[in-house]
Amino acid sequence: MKIIVSTLLIFALLLTTSIIMGGNSFHEREEYDSEDNEFQNYSFRQPGVAPVSNTYYVEECGSCHFAYPPGLLPASSWGKLMKNLGNHFDENAELNKNMLDELTQYLVKNSADKSNFKRSKRIMRSLGKSDSPLRITETLYFVRKHDEIPYRMVSNTSEVRSFSHCTACHTHAIRGYFNEHEVRIPGYGKWED
Amino acid sequence: MNKKTVVTCIYLFISQMTSANSVDEMFNSYQKAGVSTIKSNAGKNLWDKSFTANTSNDTRSCTNCHGSDITKAGEHARTGKRIEPMAASVNPKRFTDVKKIKEWFFRNCKWTLGRECSAQEQADILSYLNSQ
Repeated sequence: MKIIVSTLLIFALLLTTSIIMGGNSFHEREEYDSEDNEFQNYSFRQPGVAPVSNTYYVEECGSCHFAYPPGLLPASSWGKLMKNLGNHFDENAELNKNMLDELTQYLVKNSADKSNFKRSKRIMRSLGKSDSPLRITETLYFVRKHDEIPYRMVSNTSEVRSFSHCTACHTHAIRGYFNEHEVRIPGYGKWED
Repeated sequence: MNKKTVVTCIYLFISQMTSANSVDEMFNSYQKAGVSTIKSNAGKNLWDKSFTANTSNDTRSCTNCHGSDITKAGEHARTGKRIEPMAASVNPKRFTDVKKIKEWFFRNCKWTLGRECSAQEQADILSYLNSQ
């Protein structure tokens, strides 16, 4: 009898440890933040934002700027943006018809409103129903997340230039992670608020 | 000569061939469009020339993003993203895809000059970039 009880105890101990360990490693990747009132549903969602998976997108759009993951804007935003590539923030970014259709489809299919990733959900929650911002930096979620960072650390530096330049500070942005522990601001280093 | 060197030589040979093919293909199409003489020095002048934007007083030039020393990497004027050198001698991958050559001429001429480049202008610029 004693043996059975102690075996059960060891099992129970192992199980609890593995749960705690598993939970911890998850937290290391994406911080818990106070806005999250669905913490118990955490495991149903994936952290960060889905990384870019279309090589044409990286090639065509990523030649000039960071290939922003489609999960950072709603479908309506991507639709609007892709209709006006002749004047893309004062640049010409026109594509041939086939490529335009392919990339629009990719962006719309993987947009924030269709994503189950944490950041995409948060961005959508910060927007009004009919909002379709053309810039990620205009979303309320983005503004809130960056409002404590002084402009002098970003706008007047040659390395960062602007808040549009994700990869300057978010060291794992390419993989879709925007965790604040992974932030390194050039010339300043780590950022913890 | 070890295996690695042989493979590298074959790769370089093939990439040079394809490069020549794409550039030749472009030159052939320019000739078909009525271009009789191609001058790389005219291409250089155009490369360095400044144009006033249609919608603002900004001056625009190829050098805004690519720099005037085309053997060195450039930087996108707005985003700061690195742009690999344009000179074929230091970046042999540069002119190996006809589709890309056409696409970038289309976009960048419209931004820089405010219109598409003529066949003559494209031929001169391509010849300049390919000669460096």
